[in-house]
Amino acid sequence: MEVRVANVRKEFERFPALHDVSLDIKSGELIALLGPSGSGKTTLLRLIAGLERPTKGAIFFGDEDASQKSIQERNVGFVFQHYALFRHMTVADNIGFGLKVRHGPTRPPAVEIRRRATELLDLVQLSGLEKRYPAQLSGGQRQRVALARAMAIEPKVLLLDEPFGALDAQVRRELRRWLREIHDATGHTTVFVTHDQEEALELADRVVVMSQGRIEQVGTADDIYDRPNSPFVYGFIGESSSLPVKVDNGEIWLADRPIGLAAPDAPSGEATLYFRPHDVELLDGCSGCIAGTVAASRRVAGTRRVELEIGGERQRVEIELPVDHPAAQKSRVAFRPGRWKLFPTANSA
Amino acid sequence: MADPEIKSYEPYHESRSAAVTESRPAQAVLMIVTFAFLGIFLLLPLIIVFHEALAKGIGAYTHSLSDADTRSAIRLTLLVAAISVPLNVVFGISAAWAIAKFEFKGKAFLTTLIDLPFSVSPVISGLVYVLLFGAQGLLGGWLKAHGIVILFAVPGIVLATVFVTFPFVARELIPLMQEQGNGDEEAALSLGANGWQTFWYVTLPNVKWGLLYGVLLCNARAMGEFGAVSVVSGHIRGLTNTMPLHVEILYNEYNAVGAFAVASLLAGLALVTLVLKTLLEMRYGAELAATRGH
Repeated sequence: MEVRVANVRKEFERFPALHDVSLDIKSGELIALLGPSGSGKTTLLRLIAGLERPTKGAIFFGDEDASQKSIQERNVGFVFQHYALFRHMTVADNIGFGLKVRHGPTRPPAVEIRRRATELLDLVQLSGLEKRYPAQLSGGQRQRVALARAMAIEPKVLLLDEPFGALDAQVRRELRRWLREIHDATGHTTVFVTHDQEEALELADRVVVMSQGRIEQVGTADDIYDRPNSPFVYGFIGESSSLPVKVDNGEIWLADRPIGLAAPDAPSGEATLYFRPHDVELLDGCSGCIAGTVAASRRVAGTRRVELEIGGERQRVEIELPVDHPAAQKSRVAFRPGRWKLFPTANSA
Repeated sequence: MADPEIKSYEPYHESRSAAVTESRPAQAVLMIVTFAFLGIFLLLPLIIVFHEALAKGIGAYTHSLSDADTRSAIRLTLLVAAISVPLNVVFGISAAWAIAKFEFKGKAFLTTLIDLPFSVSPVISGLVYVLLFGAQGLLGGWLKAHGIVILFAVPGIVLATVFVTFPFVARELIPLMQEQGNGDEEAALSLGANGWQTFWYVTLPNVKWGLLYGVLLCNARAMGEFGAVSVVSGHIRGLTNTMPLHVEILYNEYNAVGAFAVASLLAGLALVTLVLKTLLEMRYGAELAATRGH
């Protein structure tokens, strides 16, 4: 089922949580809504589900306008952050709940409901736990039951709110791979909310980066990481370093020196230069480069992270070096960013 | 308070930190004071109730309980409880639902208002009904014209009882529902359940022990209420006397055995309530702990 969010605005007591958001989700896609807390990602998910009504705009399921439909009519599978399993029901009853509350001919007989619950438990690899209560399950198991319960109603869209947020790192990685497998096997259009960029980049077909109630960028992991379209995305996704620079006739200047980077299309004036700390080329001599004094050096996993003080303003940037690189021992290091991007300063605020 | 000089630093105790352990004499004094108070002010009167009730033997006891007016008082008390407790359950659930699950203006005011019967003297609650429904009252003329009798009759007693008992269920449920939040209800709705199914299959089972606890306390108060009921009842023997009122009448007539026999029934009710309440607390405590578990 395709989902189209068209110019949706959502206000809570006149405080806007989403400004004019539009998003097209293709059928069968696995989409991540990624952003810091307060960016509106959960609000967007709840709007798609029908747990909230948009202040303006519409949400389409296929060609049908779903915005005026209630959550029951939308037929979405929603997995809540804290699972919201019914604590007084067994695992099997939890999974069968969505079928049990149906009316008339659409309600399957009890035997069928039970069979379906067992089938779904197999799918989420929890066979044999039918008679347990949620309190008797681990966090990861509850998560799987919640997903099985949401899938039992054969939803048009599967929506997950921070699905792995409450789990520890090990279980989280396992479940991530498992969710991808389930998605590939069932083909549900799936949207999940996360603040964990690793999770979003690894798991999703496309990532929607959100900030302050707006969508900053939509794209594949490669798009988002290699071609960030805003200072926010550059700073939020992965490691980044930035320097205030000046553009003059297509050449980039740091203080009073050109740094050997050309930006022929950039307008002259103040700008901010962004680059990845690990994507730098170290230089010996310095005619057109960024040079700085080593202020600190830290070992981080497989690399050494060096903090440099640049120029008279004592601006600090970080670059990453191989652990045994001799430059780390020096007091002055000169480098030039490999891949970089320039954003005019006025917009970066 | 314990003198710091003689504070003994015992090895670490399982449930209490050594830093707050009072000296043995201090502990003993605290315990003696507590037990003495409980003994003199609670246990002793309770024993006396049963002692006096059975002072002239079991025959006199059963005889006084089989008196027609006494039986009528017992019936009336049961009737009043049977009407007011369900009313309170309905009101308590709706109020708790509204307060815990929705955001609306005047919520804080409503929450405070629910507590009003706890802070106001029951006699005043009774008097309010007299002013409202009495012959000279605000609605008295209209009621009389339509032949509706509220004051000095069963409806008045029920109203007064409802008034004094109505915080019980609501106050049990509000914190419980607030803690549980809307998550389970949203989950049920997203799975296609309608409002009634959500309430019946999800909300109600989630609060059932809290509800039972509230009903128990509400019932005890409904049967034992004196002040408010006394004002509106009119003390008509065999008609508008509830058990507590009947106890007073019998006692004023120097019928000690009769008075204490009825009192023993009320005391028995209190004891049963206490036992049930303790059992529920054990069960309900575990339930609450499970709620926090996930």
